[in-house]
Amino acid sequence: MTDVPLTPRRPLLARFLESRNGLGLLFMLPAAVFLLCFLTYPLGLGVWLGFTDTRIGRTGEFIGLENYIWLFDDPIFWLSVYNTILYTVVASVLKFGLGLWLALILNEHLPFKTFFRAIILLPWVVPTVLSALAFWWIYDSQFSIISWVLMQWGLIDTPINFLGQPNHARASVIAANVWRGIPFVAISLLAGLQTIPQSLNEAAALDGATSWQRFTKVTLPLLTPIIAVVMTFSVLFTFTDFQLIYVLTRGGPVNATHLMATLSFQRAIPGGQLGEGAAIAVAMIPFLLAAILFSFFGLQRRRWQQGND
Amino acid sequence: MAKKNLSPTAGTRDDTEGMDQFNTVTRRILVVYLPLAVFIFVLLFPFYWMAITAIKPDHQLTNYDRYSPFWVVEPTLDHIRYLLFETSYPGWLWNTMLVAFASTFLSLFASVLAAYAIERIRFTGARTTGLLIFLAYLVPPSILFIPLAFIVFQVGIFDSRLALILTYPTFLIPFCTWLLMGYFRTIPFELEESALVDGASRFQILTKVILPLAVPGLISAGIFAFTLSWNEFIYALTFISSSENKTVPVGVLTELVRGDIYEWGALMSGALLGSLPVVILYSFFVDYYVSSMTGAVKE
Repeated sequence: MTDVPLTPRRPLLARFLESRNGLGLLFMLPAAVFLLCFLTYPLGLGVWLGFTDTRIGRTGEFIGLENYIWLFDDPIFWLSVYNTILYTVVASVLKFGLGLWLALILNEHLPFKTFFRAIILLPWVVPTVLSALAFWWIYDSQFSIISWVLMQWGLIDTPINFLGQPNHARASVIAANVWRGIPFVAISLLAGLQTIPQSLNEAAALDGATSWQRFTKVTLPLLTPIIAVVMTFSVLFTFTDFQLIYVLTRGGPVNATHLMATLSFQRAIPGGQLGEGAAIAVAMIPFLLAAILFSFFGLQRRRWQQGND
Repeated sequence: MAKKNLSPTAGTRDDTEGMDQFNTVTRRILVVYLPLAVFIFVLLFPFYWMAITAIKPDHQLTNYDRYSPFWVVEPTLDHIRYLLFETSYPGWLWNTMLVAFASTFLSLFASVLAAYAIERIRFTGARTTGLLIFLAYLVPPSILFIPLAFIVFQVGIFDSRLALILTYPTFLIPFCTWLLMGYFRTIPFELEESALVDGASRFQILTKVILPLAVPGLISAGIFAFTLSWNEFIYALTFISSSENKTVPVGVLTELVRGDIYEWGALMSGALLGSLPVVILYSFFVDYYVSSMTGAVKE
């Protein structure tokens, strides 16, 4: 093994960079640097900040679980947890139901199908903050167009106070979130629907299956894997939503619409308590993991049970 | 009780629907076209309202009794002129464009290399890396913005466009890499093998063989990344404080909303103008956009 090589050995570095792993490392380098510096490190730093009393302009000291103990006794924090769960569950269910409905409609033979598909996706494309501004104007307490139309029809006497009353505000922000989320769910599920072979439905129809049976016994099971992924994403985006609330209510009235993300922002940036804000953000992680695991594995299991993987 | 009432009607409805060829026109209108029309009306109305408010003169804006709110009598460009010449709006547009272009370019560069390495060089642990990249996509910005603000401040790029250009790739790279991995998988191995036999290096293969074939995938990823960074809000809100560095979403919300009197005309023109670039871009590349959105989901 110690024979003199026929060609002179090239430097170690050059040989390493030509090996599979060396080349892989070299190619991964830019992405890895970015993600390590601005994703992994901040994630760890966020957890660390949650254990400190850092404020803006002052490095903090380790104070153990004090932030969490403080939050545990903070009714506003628990209100925001409740709001976040309510917001996520109601909005996700509505987005799923309406999105699936819209996807089924678009899966029919329609004229101008691609055109419809294109305009339906608009709410998803337009910056959330800017469409939320339009909703802010639509929800105006005096000049809301919805109130005006309802008053013209004689259904109500005074304008609805959309964002000023806790439950109205909750319903209004959920409606705006659903409006923005339907296109994503509908178009993704439509893509899934189009992968289902028409012959399966025809075979079921020949065997005498009603359209409801065909939907529940053929279409839905085949669509389950895609539903799982789409809804995982949808739940994730809804749970961590910030923009819509920040534009429409800033958490008001009297914290009735504060989500964990907006509360974390409010405590950390305008309030200056970086440590406490980070603790609230960290408190979101278990919920997120639970939501991901639930929707992903819960729905994925059905796929391998049916044995088509 | 309600259940009992429902079941017979459900039974009859099922019977007729089982035979598509007897689907009457009325039924089709009720089941397909009417709901579709309602959906489209609801989904598009906010944009119509935004657009019509942007060109309404102030005195018509809230005077619903004299002027129909759904129409505009003497459209005016006053709000848009005010926006373009008396506020920092053009600067915000420029900032947004610059940040979106730069971060998209950076992300595409890093993602192409990473996706190629994971998918084709197949180094030890490539599969795990691919999975980690996917998990990185699931990390939401609302968890990261506080520590990132801390880092941005310590590095000394707080309140600069560079802060946004460097942080946006955190959510763009995972997405683009994941998308491009799926795309590279569809390019046949044989092309690469024959290039290797001809003595091409890995980098040459990537630039001369793979990338030309992956142009549609690059466009999809690029368009999507561009719109994502155009729409980004929480980082821009946290890291930028001076007016001349703001992006459109942040600028419109923090500088055009003043006091209790809302200038709806100016606000809505700001929202309209800020949406137009992405909408125009989107309208040219609808199919790419849809394929990148559904592609990320289908993998």
